[in-house]
Amino acid sequence: MAKVHVTTSINGEPMEFLCEPSDTMLDALRGPLALTGSKEGCASGDCGACSITVDDRLVCSCLMLAVESEGHEIRTIEGLAQGEKLHPLQQKFLEMAALQCGICTSGMLVASDALLKKNPDPSEEEVRFWLAGNLCRCTGYDKIVRAVMETAAEMRAQ
Amino acid sequence: MNLVTNNKWIGQRTIRPDGMDKVTGRAQFAADTTMPGQIWGKVLRSPHPHARIRSIDTSKAEKLPGVKAVVTSKDIVDFPIEKGAVMLGIQDMRWMCRNVMARDKALFPGHPVAAVAATTEAIAAEACKLIEVDYEVLPWAIEIDDALKSDAPILHEFNKFDGKPSNIVGRLEHKKGDIEQGFKKADIVIERTFTTRPVHQGYIEPHACLISVAPDGKTTIWSSSQGQFMVRAMTAYLTGIPQSDIRAIPAEIGGGFGGKTIVYLEPLATLLAKKSGRPVKMVMTREEVMRATGPTSGSKSTVKIGATKDGRIVAAHGTFYLQAGAFPGSPIRGAAGCSLTPYDIPNLLSEGYDVCSNRSKVAAYRAPGAPIGAYAVECVLDEVAEALKMDPLDFRLKNAAKEGTKAAHGPVFPRIGYIETVEAAKASPHYAAPLGDGHGKLRGRGTASGFWFNAGGESSAQVNITEDGNVVVTTGHPDIGGSRAGIANICAELLGIDYRRVSVIIGDTQTVGFSNLTGGSRVLFASAMVVTQSTEKIIQTLRERAAKIWEIDPEAVKWENGAAHPVSPNAGQFEPLTLEELAEKAPAMGGPIGAGVQLNTQGADGGFGTHVCDVEIDVDLGIARVIRYTAVQDVGRAIHPGYVEGQLQGGVAQGIGWALNEEYIYTKEGKVDNPGFLDYRMPVCSDLPMIDCIMVEIPNPKHPQGVKGVGEVPLVPVMAAVANAIYNALGKRFYALPMSPPKVLEKLEGPMQQAAE
Ligand code: FES
Ligand code: FES
Repeated sequence: MAKVHVTTSINGEPMEFLCEPSDTMLDALRGPLALTGSKEGCASGDCGACSITVDDRLVCSCLMLAVESEGHEIRTIEGLAQGEKLHPLQQKFLEMAALQCGICTSGMLVASDALLKKNPDPSEEEVRFWLAGNLCRCTGYDKIVRAVMETAAEMRAQ
Repeated sequence: MNLVTNNKWIGQRTIRPDGMDKVTGRAQFAADTTMPGQIWGKVLRSPHPHARIRSIDTSKAEKLPGVKAVVTSKDIVDFPIEKGAVMLGIQDMRWMCRNVMARDKALFPGHPVAAVAATTEAIAAEACKLIEVDYEVLPWAIEIDDALKSDAPILHEFNKFDGKPSNIVGRLEHKKGDIEQGFKKADIVIERTFTTRPVHQGYIEPHACLISVAPDGKTTIWSSSQGQFMVRAMTAYLTGIPQSDIRAIPAEIGGGFGGKTIVYLEPLATLLAKKSGRPVKMVMTREEVMRATGPTSGSKSTVKIGATKDGRIVAAHGTFYLQAGAFPGSPIRGAAGCSLTPYDIPNLLSEGYDVCSNRSKVAAYRAPGAPIGAYAVECVLDEVAEALKMDPLDFRLKNAAKEGTKAAHGPVFPRIGYIETVEAAKASPHYAAPLGDGHGKLRGRGTASGFWFNAGGESSAQVNITEDGNVVVTTGHPDIGGSRAGIANICAELLGIDYRRVSVIIGDTQTVGFSNLTGGSRVLFASAMVVTQSTEKIIQTLRERAAKIWEIDPEAVKWENGAAHPVSPNAGQFEPLTLEELAEKAPAMGGPIGAGVQLNTQGADGGFGTHVCDVEIDVDLGIARVIRYTAVQDVGRAIHPGYVEGQLQGGVAQGIGWALNEEYIYTKEGKVDNPGFLDYRMPVCSDLPMIDCIMVEIPNPKHPQGVKGVGEVPLVPVMAAVANAIYNALGKRFYALPMSPPKVLEKLEGPMQQAAE
């Protein structure tokens, strides 16, 4: 089958790639685009390890076709830091030990960033429900929730 | 070995050395690795729970364009049953060679029967469908009761128990005193039977590997595992390639919890790579992980405990039947050996039975077996305490094991911290707080304790000083949960330098000495020992170098704050020589500075924990939610408190899942019916409360920093604590896990009596 040519923007950069019509966005990111920060934990939209944003909307990239990215703005974990400067969430995750094995971390950070963009002052319950689509088997979520809340507080203070 | 005091880094919440890569998406997990010329491997799996394999015809698959190699059990080294056990650690290669690929029988749905490598994953999957397997379908048994019936289908005809072919493939017992005499002395005796369902470790990263075999046989493996040396050894055994030709490189590991202590894909990918001459990548789907990798056992346990009116336990009898899955090896040692261990019981018999059935072979899961045993024991203890009208924690205190108590599994305890955990739980703000108003929902509180052996074992480290005076530490244990941070803290502390000057690397099998698995809560215990001794050797070298420069005796030089100093003015007046200065002078002063140590580490003390759990039950929906949780544990010494707490919180979350929701569900055809995250319901963020931790620190005197293993204890008491809390809320006790909504509803439909608060 002939491959499809897709033109899109990833982390603010114009990008072109070729993919099978049936490839998921996650396949494209991890394959031709060599952005392996998004992880595959389930391929069925249940773990959130592959979270990205599409035009600022939080999406499981395993549930989206790669061809659907045509003309849209994709953001992945690789685009969260600004050059050498970490995003405050990344910094806080490090300081507060909000990761253990780290396989869920990319997805957690992308999802948390999307939350704080939408709601800079979430309650603990709001954080918990927003992140309910991101499985973490290591941390018990405690430190992740705390890190998100604390980042939100610091970002509001700035 | 001196205990480090006045710590600058030990006990600090430093930023882990590998953290930056993990928060930016740079970290390389096994499935993130690629290689020029790489092709893809896929496994064909048995659809049947039990079937004789009459023949396999791979010819059609081999002809499919793009297919580069096909392997079947013929390609894997056989370890014949009759020749006896070939042990590698706790694994018998006779079972491993049959587990990675079915030999004459398929023993569970998902059992590999062939593997294919092709230029794309899709072609490999297509080729699997073209392989023709002639099966003779056999009757099967999945549940323990079915496997133990007198007419049960026998998985391994060679196995005999009591002289007859049987699915019981192992038994162990621990004994102390005389239980018959003991029970005679008891005023109250309670005996109950409990069942638990198999649950999966649930690591988010599926098994994956990339393997290259050069024409001369030199093999490179990148894979996610809890031990690169285990990967090397098992792959060597099963493929016939010598260990010296295999370089196993540990990728970052996305969770393991014991489930990545054996190999599934590596031997198959190695054989495919060898046959095809191309590097082969294999990644399991989530469904494959659920169907064909190790969950832990389902179980059936009977526990009988007798106590006198004054609250002394005088006798206990535990019988634990655990499902092994298709091959022997369920964690009966953990169930029978840990569950009664927190208590000083004069008369005791604890028996474990290893039962095979047509499910995937179990793998270790966090304190393997211990949570299953503790669930039964800690529930009965609560019933006994209630019958005696005693506070459950007071009852535990009264019977607590302490220094000098002889444990059921043999050892006499040294100074242990069990009592301190119960006291801390009792004194916690949580235990004193009122349960509060549930607004129509029923609330209850439960407690439970747990024990895990902890382990030492083989560990190697190499510490090198760089030319610019910084430090590179290489150890041999994959870092699952932040062990690099602990090692950096320790090395920086000993050298008296900033921890950011210490880089910690996980070496591959060909660059660092043998190191056993990341498992048994042993990694920081063992690696801290070898890193400490290596660093001490380096400090000795640095003192000698400074002594030479100053032309004084090395004994007259001390190492402090990252520099050599004269011990006293009598030794001479010299400006301190820093690590950087000594590193710069190294070429002229004896050459490179480095030291390595390899040890079989001993002296790992067991770990104890006591938990307090509050639940709230929605009586209309049958949903039990944990609304508050406190985990107390004797952690020896918290080298990095953030990651110690993380271990406690993660273990508790897994236990809550096991208690309330997680289970393998089977179809009538004997297949797993919920092989995905949607239906196999692990706790998500909104299911859980914050999890409070109280770290009791009773340093291990046999460890330079006082370390005790911490990773496994936190899962041990959880199911019992939740069950005891639910009993407290409902006045009804569950004797089966999980306590999922349909089961809670069923229970609620019976006559209700709420326990007094
Ligand atoms: S891989 Fe996309 S949600 Fe799990
Ligand atoms: S840190 Fe391991 S899954 Fe979240």
